[in-house]
Amino acid sequence: MSEAAVEIEALTFRYGSRPALQSLSLCIPSGCCFGLLGPNGSGKTTLMRLLATLLQPAEGRLRVCGHDTVTAAEAVRRCLGVVFQQPALDGDLTVEENLRLHGAFYGLRGEPLRRRIDELLTRFGLQERRREPVRRLSGGQQRRVDLIRGLLHRPRVLLLDEPTTGLDPLARHAFWQTLRQLRQTDRLTLIVATHLLEEAELCDEVALLDEGRLVAAGAPDALAHALGDEVLWLEATEPEAVAAFVQTHFGVEARAIGAAVRVAAPDAHALLPRLYGALGDRLRSATVRRPTLEDVFLVHTGHHLHAALESTMATVS
Amino acid sequence: MNATLLTIRMLWWRELVKFVRDRARLFGALAQPLGFWLLLGLGFHGSIRLAGPSAPGSYLAYLLPGIVVLTILFTAIFSTMAIVEERRSGLLQAALVAPVPRTALVLGYGLGGTTLALLEAVLLLGLLPFVNGVHLTPSGLVLALGVSVLTGLAFAVLGFVVAWHAASTRGYHAVMNVALLPLWALSGAVFPIEGAAPVLQALMRFNPVTYMVSALRQGLFGPGAAGAVGTPAACLFITLLFTVALVLLAVRTVRRPLPRA
Repeated sequence: MSEAAVEIEALTFRYGSRPALQSLSLCIPSGCCFGLLGPNGSGKTTLMRLLATLLQPAEGRLRVCGHDTVTAAEAVRRCLGVVFQQPALDGDLTVEENLRLHGAFYGLRGEPLRRRIDELLTRFGLQERRREPVRRLSGGQQRRVDLIRGLLHRPRVLLLDEPTTGLDPLARHAFWQTLRQLRQTDRLTLIVATHLLEEAELCDEVALLDEGRLVAAGAPDALAHALGDEVLWLEATEPEAVAAFVQTHFGVEARAIGAAVRVAAPDAHALLPRLYGALGDRLRSATVRRPTLEDVFLVHTGHHLHAALESTMATVS
Repeated sequence: MNATLLTIRMLWWRELVKFVRDRARLFGALAQPLGFWLLLGLGFHGSIRLAGPSAPGSYLAYLLPGIVVLTILFTAIFSTMAIVEERRSGLLQAALVAPVPRTALVLGYGLGGTTLALLEAVLLLGLLPFVNGVHLTPSGLVLALGVSVLTGLAFAVLGFVVAWHAASTRGYHAVMNVALLPLWALSGAVFPIEGAAPVLQALMRFNPVTYMVSALRQGLFGPGAAGAVGTPAACLFITLLFTVALVLLAVRTVRRPLPRA
């Protein structure tokens, strides 16, 4: 069955009068590892909370496993596992006590619950820590316990909201390996919100969000290749003028985006020396590379993923 | 057992386990009311003479029921404080995305706090042999424990409601202290209603905590003990009404969407 795990139709959500998501439509196929990529404030967490039935849409509708999140919230909750930015664990309780408590929220108890906890602890290499207070575990271990918590009731869709926040690169890498294993062994749809390109590129499909709008969606490779095999970025003192110059003198498409100029040329390598010859001092740097999701984001929004991140940080502070 | 009962049981159990593992909490909730009791009771020992045929032997004895209620209040404040944090990040949030009805969360947290409050109240009743005028009968003991349970549940679910809306632990503390301490001070815990100025008397009669203290007082010192307001049955009934109203308020609160974090 290749039915959709999540269907979102013309979704709009506002905090008061401030729109957080605007006419968003998206379909997430079953069994997929789906990334939601966007800077802070782009609406990822809001979308997660809407999917998790914690918020209700102002307009439009969301369906998870075919159930409406407003009219059939309980059915949605039953087939959904959620891993939040911070582990939802009680540091004073042991690993096992935490899992038994969370099992109760799904009506799980006794022998079946014990077997499920056993199985998952073994799988995630935490069998020896089961009687230790969660507070004494490392950050990476706590994440894994939290992941087990989200999997106890065998959900069909697992939401992960920036699940590697606060982890060092090594622990982050290990966590993603765990996720990939999970997708192979359980027939599970993973929806991961992240602001990290490296993480989004590990997904089967991604949706790029910016300021509450869907910027682009598709397989990371396909999205990147739509920009060509290679992209040529010029950093220039007067990007607009340089773009116009390149377009008229070389007959290739050039567009100023922020402080840079993107040149769409089939043979960027051959073009590069000629551009230097013609523009000389007006270029600060030039890069030819295989397009990345960052380029996709940049082309569609006109700003960098992390520039947007920095500017949101600036407005916050 | 379905998810609702199981969740209530596990949340209740968690509250006890945490309490047992954190002795400082036991001490913290008891020390302040005990300090108050000794300070006020011994401080006003010679200054306050309670009149009437059924007056308790000393001001220390008069204060004791109010101190038990104050302890219950502090315990409930402590036990529901964690909800402020857990609502936004953590355990409570995970419970909200699970299929378990939210009413189970009110009762689980509420009964956990209630049990702790009852435990502390029973510990304080160990002071009874040290005050005079105590007139404890089996029915009086049942009344005292029953009122302690209802009072504990009322304050615990009130704490739940405040924590649900509070933006920070500090805000939660401010609201709880500003709202609850005056209620306690005007409950006849510190001074009897008959001797108070008329304006205070009216406030005290409107204050539900007055009837909690009064019920407890009559449970420990016998019906019609000095400082009693209304019959034991009337006090118990008003306490019950107040508790039920607060539980319903809490249930209504959790059913609505989460306030913005």
